[in-house]
Amino acid sequence: MGKLILQRLWQSALVLLAVSILSFLLIFLTGDPVAALVPLNARQEDYDNIRQQYGLDQPIPVQYVQFVIKAFQGNMGESFRYHTDALSLVLGRLPNTFLLAAVSLALSILISLPVGIMAARSKGRIFDVIASFFALLAISIPSFWLGVILIIVFAGTLRWLPASGSGSWQQIIMPAVTISAFSIGFLIRLIRRSVADTLQQQYVVTARSKGLAERVIAWRHVLRNSAIPIVTVLGLQFGALLGGSVVVETVFAWPGVGWLMIQSIEARDLPVIRAAVLILAIFIVLINLAVDIIYSWLDPRIKLQPGKGAGA
Amino acid sequence: MSMLNQGTTDQLPGADANPSGPVAPAPVKLGKPRRRWVRNRSTLIGGLIVGIIILVALVSLFWTPHFYDEQDLNRSLLPPFWMDGADPGYPLGTDLNGRDLLSRLMVGAQASLFVGVASVLVGGVIGMVLGLVAGFFGGWWEAIIMRLVDIQLSLPGVLLAIAVLAAIGKGLLNVVLVLGFVSWVQYARIVRGSTLAVKSQEYVLGARAIGARNWRLILRHIMPNILPPLMVVATINVSSNILSEAALSYLGVGVNISTVTWGGMLNEGKTLFDVSWWNAVWPGLAILIVVFGINLLGDGLSDGKM
Repeated sequence: MGKLILQRLWQSALVLLAVSILSFLLIFLTGDPVAALVPLNARQEDYDNIRQQYGLDQPIPVQYVQFVIKAFQGNMGESFRYHTDALSLVLGRLPNTFLLAAVSLALSILISLPVGIMAARSKGRIFDVIASFFALLAISIPSFWLGVILIIVFAGTLRWLPASGSGSWQQIIMPAVTISAFSIGFLIRLIRRSVADTLQQQYVVTARSKGLAERVIAWRHVLRNSAIPIVTVLGLQFGALLGGSVVVETVFAWPGVGWLMIQSIEARDLPVIRAAVLILAIFIVLINLAVDIIYSWLDPRIKLQPGKGAGA
Repeated sequence: MSMLNQGTTDQLPGADANPSGPVAPAPVKLGKPRRRWVRNRSTLIGGLIVGIIILVALVSLFWTPHFYDEQDLNRSLLPPFWMDGADPGYPLGTDLNGRDLLSRLMVGAQASLFVGVASVLVGGVIGMVLGLVAGFFGGWWEAIIMRLVDIQLSLPGVLLAIAVLAAIGKGLLNVVLVLGFVSWVQYARIVRGSTLAVKSQEYVLGARAIGARNWRLILRHIMPNILPPLMVVATINVSSNILSEAALSYLGVGVNISTVTWGGMLNEGKTLFDVSWWNAVWPGLAILIVVFGINLLGDGLSDGKM
């Protein structure tokens, strides 16, 4: 298992390297990096200043190394818009994004777990058909549109919930529902398939034929064995929820990293965009790493084949 | 979200438990007759929905009730036909500039379908070539390509798409390329796995023994065998890329405003929803219907073939 963790750490380091190169190259994708780094109304001497100040006159590999060194020192440049440190802007918004993702994940689990298990146990019958239909609907619905519809209905027509902002528990309901819709549908489908597969295993048939109570079979034999794929995906869903929050935060003006990033794109505030991408990506990679380690701990079979990772 | 949506739409980690291992051809399972009927019905209904949307997109190339960009501020924000003040000539209402929403929805189907299919082709071709190379030749090629796969799988796809598009700029082609580059991994994994499984089959060894060259082995013997599982993933990927395009355009980093897309219509309609809900509802409904149809089709196909 130690070997596996080492291998995962090494792989995560590679991923972070790739992320850092990508976010470094981001300013070169805009064409002239200087033009991207100066405000739109800049003069020629500003251009020259910036070129020197950011070391943009140096070879690109040298620039990359400097970028990484500065990033490790916590210096990701200064926001054009707020004239403050880009990294602390992003870190300041991170708790809001985490709160939203955590509530969404909890909501996803609370709904998808019982529904998925029930659907698997009534496979082919009316509950399963209805649950499967809604799960398919949930993975087909554009999340931002669902958000807009919720605002129209619950904030506009019914006036039950506030349309945007953060601070009170009412304000987190609609963004959380919107973000988790896809996860709920996705997880119901996964749990249903996983539990249904387990129900057909010989040890379940044996347990049933020797007269064990349904409740004991469900807990001891079925749930335990279907838990492994479900737990993996749950962890990965948290990363997905973090990424998906970019869109939904914008719909609800939720003051997280995602909304900050979209506003920064509109304002061409590249240092903040870069910091936001880097920070979100680092967290998603770390969560995936943690999931992989927990997974190998849950499922002893993984240890036997360290070359073939589960969450790869 | 889609990809954006949820990014994740395009990364389904639970799709296969053992991604690195060869995929053995699954025995054909005959379910209970009732289940099979349900599955056939999925394929049928899904196919029907997708067929209708394709038809609408084709028709809109030649005919729409009104020219999709015909503005008339006197007709601004007309409601749909059943509401007071509606004009029956504009059954779904009009937008802020008085443009016919039905015509714009019809034209918007073109961009959605184009982005969905074209980005899957881009991702599919890249993934197929790299997957074939990894599976067929093995060795260093395989090591490098599979490492790339691992890296890309850990990256948040939506986030990258947004950041890259923000840097390179909007545009239909840019969206297609970015979504394609974000999704090649799934194809590479499947193609590599299937290639490994097929490569050692007797008929391939036999062909090699009588002197067939590598490209002939790949084209005539390996490709036909890996297409069915690939088609299923491609189908589902079309829907997730349509969702992603819509989210990107909604965020204002996707397709230019001059190109009519459902996501772009939602972007324009989002500030208007207290005065005209129909501007926000119709484009999203259109996206939902086409994505639902494709997913239904994908479900039906995957039960038949995988």
